[in-house]
Amino acid sequence: MEKLNNEAILNLIQEAFPNDVLFHEEPYGLLTMEVTAAKGHEIIEWLKNHETLSVNYLTNIAAVHYPEDAGREFAVVYQLHSWKNLFRLRIKCYLPKENVSIASLVDIFPGANWMERESYDFFGVEFIGHPDMRRILNEDSMDYFPMRKEYALEDDTREDKDDRYFGRNNQ
Amino acid sequence: MSELKTKEAFAQSSETIDGNIATINFGPTHPSTHGIFQNVLKVDGEKIISSEQTVGYIHRAFEKLSERRPYNQITPITDRLNYCSSPINNMGWEMTVEKLIGAEIPKRVQYMRVIIMELARIADHLICNSVIGVDAGALTSFFYPFTEREKIYELYEEICGARLTTNIGRIGGFERDFTPAFHTKLQSFLKTFPKAFEEFDSMLARNRIFMDRTKGAGPISAERALAYSFSGPNLRAAGVDYDVRAMHPYSSYEDFDFIIPVGVNGDTYDRFMVRQEEIRQSVRIIEQAYKNLPEGSYKADLPDFYLPEKADVYNNMEALIYHFKIVMGETEIPPGEVYHSVEGGNGELGFYLISDGGRTPYRLQFRRPCFIYYQAYPEMISGMSISDAVLTLSSMNVIAGELDA
Repeated sequence: MEKLNNEAILNLIQEAFPNDVLFHEEPYGLLTMEVTAAKGHEIIEWLKNHETLSVNYLTNIAAVHYPEDAGREFAVVYQLHSWKNLFRLRIKCYLPKENVSIASLVDIFPGANWMERESYDFFGVEFIGHPDMRRILNEDSMDYFPMRKEYALEDDTREDKDDRYFGRNNQ
Repeated sequence: MSELKTKEAFAQSSETIDGNIATINFGPTHPSTHGIFQNVLKVDGEKIISSEQTVGYIHRAFEKLSERRPYNQITPITDRLNYCSSPINNMGWEMTVEKLIGAEIPKRVQYMRVIIMELARIADHLICNSVIGVDAGALTSFFYPFTEREKIYELYEEICGARLTTNIGRIGGFERDFTPAFHTKLQSFLKTFPKAFEEFDSMLARNRIFMDRTKGAGPISAERALAYSFSGPNLRAAGVDYDVRAMHPYSSYEDFDFIIPVGVNGDTYDRFMVRQEEIRQSVRIIEQAYKNLPEGSYKADLPDFYLPEKADVYNNMEALIYHFKIVMGETEIPPGEVYHSVEGGNGELGFYLISDGGRTPYRLQFRRPCFIYYQAYPEMISGMSISDAVLTLSSMNVIAGELDA
């Protein structure tokens, strides 16, 4: 069987979901696309059951916080893998800070359970339909989400760890 | 006394043993958890009805820490993920950064890395498999492989001076070339190890008692393992031949001839046997890499990232500038997004890195294989006896450092 290239994969997805692929790029050869958050679950399920693509493996789920980006402060990044065709795929959904929630993938990939709990624990992303939405690595009584950018790692009184020394002048 | 049942019959039978459901704590600190994690088991006699896990006892905020550390200072953090095979983590991270900056790595460095990473895999599997023996009650077989593991640690020591948390290598290569002592030690290791390993193998692999204890303990089917995103020896024991070294070769793994062993039942015995065979394959890879070790430099030409020789820093203006820039964090780093994965000791270890051009990562996520597969543990031990739960835990190679990040 001929190996699918990224363009062909993207075409197949765009054909099925003409309005939902908002942006795509290929950093380091890995097809990355932004899809509408409401359709994320449906697209991933479609990809898994698709006969040619058969994206059968969920590699990981990562949340990212972009506090500067109004209306799309949180990103949930799914990295998927098709073993039949040997390609990786990255799907991003952006969420506003007023409503940081997205459909859970546990019904498609049971392994998403802890990955989603980890994203909830550190970023406060709510996964709707998750069977057990609790913190996982941090203590249950914690009342904030530590990986958000507003929680600086260093104490503010330290002068030697100024952001300027880390290549970021604008914060 | 009723007659003995097979493990399958025991798990499937619905009859109660004494009718009283007891709740017991397996962990957080228990001699057989080999790390700190808790399982609250509901048991009917010896039979496990359900279990609930608590993890995070040694969470050290690695991902948050990484957002405040320059790239070369993140390598020591990766040591502390799967600390049984630190060099694989170190090199996985170095390769991720090299991929981000688009560095070209000399063939010699790639082969040297393969040798070290395979030694690390041997050390990791030796610990895991000998511990399965301990949990099955065979303490002798625990001591035999430790002599060999000691030799591997001596080899690390020749390269980087450290043994457990190695911080081995640099972005761009190695801190020094293989020393003459390393060559001597590696040659003698390659000569003596296979024999010593077969001796260890003969103690357990076909041992009637060990087989009876491990066969059928904590099985998982290939479908369930895939659904849970298993990777590494645990997935291969269930019969799926996924190995990052073969599927997405890195560091010249495509040059070597090795087979990927798979199991059938996904139980403790299969996991043990898959690791045993992987050790033999690792020895083959090391032999090939060492025999064909290319000539050339032990480091890439990356003045922006690789610290110059100390003598040059004092005598050469350019080297001094580079030294200053690296130490003070004025190195240009391209913005970008990269995912790189390596076949770690217990599965696909991935690094998802987002750089915004700053000196530190904007976001770094570790795909930690045992964090992902450990969630299947309650399903695997349901219906088993407590002693099988102990065996299942050790045969899954769950490393607390990696689990809790």
